[in-house]
Amino acid sequence: MIAARDILHPQTALQNGLARLVSTLDPAAQGIKGLRRLSGGASQETWSFRVNGGQGRQLILRREPAAARSGGSGIGMAAEAQVIKRVLAAGVPAPQIEHELTPDDGIGAGFVMARIEGEALPHRILRDEAYAPARAKFARQAGEILARIHQSDPTGLPIPVQSPREVLDDLAGRHRAFGAARPVFSLALRWLAQHAPEPRAPKLMHGDFRMGNLMLGSDGICGVLDWELAHIGDPMADMGWLCMESWRFGNADPVGGLGHREDLFAGYEAAGGDPVDPATVRWWEILSALRWGVIIEEMAAWVREGTDTSVERHVIARRASETEAILLLHLLEGAA
Amino acid sequence: MMQDQPSPDAILAAVAAWLRDTAADALPAHARFEAKVAAGAVELVRRQIGAEPSEGEEARMLSALVGATGGLDALTVRLCAQIENGETDLSTPGLSDLLIATTLNKIDIDQPEFSAATRLRALAQRRRGLP
Repeated sequence: MIAARDILHPQTALQNGLARLVSTLDPAAQGIKGLRRLSGGASQETWSFRVNGGQGRQLILRREPAAARSGGSGIGMAAEAQVIKRVLAAGVPAPQIEHELTPDDGIGAGFVMARIEGEALPHRILRDEAYAPARAKFARQAGEILARIHQSDPTGLPIPVQSPREVLDDLAGRHRAFGAARPVFSLALRWLAQHAPEPRAPKLMHGDFRMGNLMLGSDGICGVLDWELAHIGDPMADMGWLCMESWRFGNADPVGGLGHREDLFAGYEAAGGDPVDPATVRWWEILSALRWGVIIEEMAAWVREGTDTSVERHVIARRASETEAILLLHLLEGAA
Repeated sequence: MMQDQPSPDAILAAVAAWLRDTAADALPAHARFEAKVAAGAVELVRRQIGAEPSEGEEARMLSALVGATGGLDALTVRLCAQIENGETDLSTPGLSDLLIATTLNKIDIDQPEFSAATRLRALAQRRRGLP
């Protein structure tokens, strides 16, 4: 039963729901405190809170927003929790799942997870002195972690399987459905179709492995977050996405703005990943710029349809031009 | 009738500065982040209000390229169809210049400091024979 005050004050409803729930996680708990919404996370809500009493743990709630939205969607919270458990078993640093929400919890779909201490905000990671040692080894360590993700057991996971061609066709369809006519996207789609790599042994992929979804401590990557776009596909794709120019945040170095492709590839192969084909990674990097552009077009549709009225979404909806600039430079002059 | 001063540009500049320097500091974490985003949004609108209109020149270049007249949207749809069926590509005279100009017109308003915007501006200069 939803009380009228819960509709008027959704944060109160969430506070009360979490307070009920934590007593099942920690019998000595007496409610929660410090509930606050965290920045970041376009399609899922992320909330931070602390258990009052008991072990006083810091926890994170990740849940789906109430309104359905247009365009490509994630795998759903239940599948995301399964993927996280699978990669944890393979030694990937990821948040421990503490509780998966049920309808009885009354606070939507999602899960409660352990809080990993560290920093995920790209501008701090890229500029603060505290992260200098982590920056120095970032590219190689990212390669090592990706190799572990790709070697995780994907058997039975309820997530999509996509070949390079299927990814490209999916993007073309989503662009047609939600975007405007863009000559640069039309040229990029044609170039990508003409240069598509042969399918290789498919692996479990993170799908959104980039600065912003990586938690860093002073000695390196300590958490890989946001598994909602996990799928099974060409393992070179995760490396292309990580190198895409939008995730360099103004820095010149290609791997998240922090390192060189050679170090990423070396770390990947040293940790047991399949041999890297740099040309295929580069193809995925170009596709990644188009993919970010299509995601932006979908976010612009959320604004049009009124399913996301935030200022942030309005501003992101104006970022498709950044992907056109990246793609046009690639088409006219090749590698950056 | 002539409107009084200050100009829209000056008013928006004051709003952006207030969001960034005053409101942001007074708000809790998520709202602080949103206030900074809002300041950026106001700056974007300022740039768009202050920009020279470019649609006329864009429509002229597009018309010449696709060999038809019409509105900007219809001409753009036609160009995309020609690219998708292989009739037009980057070897077609005028296409590169059109795409560089239209992309710069957009990103100069959306995100003038984005790394690829800087590189695209440099490419446009080189193509004009400038250092």
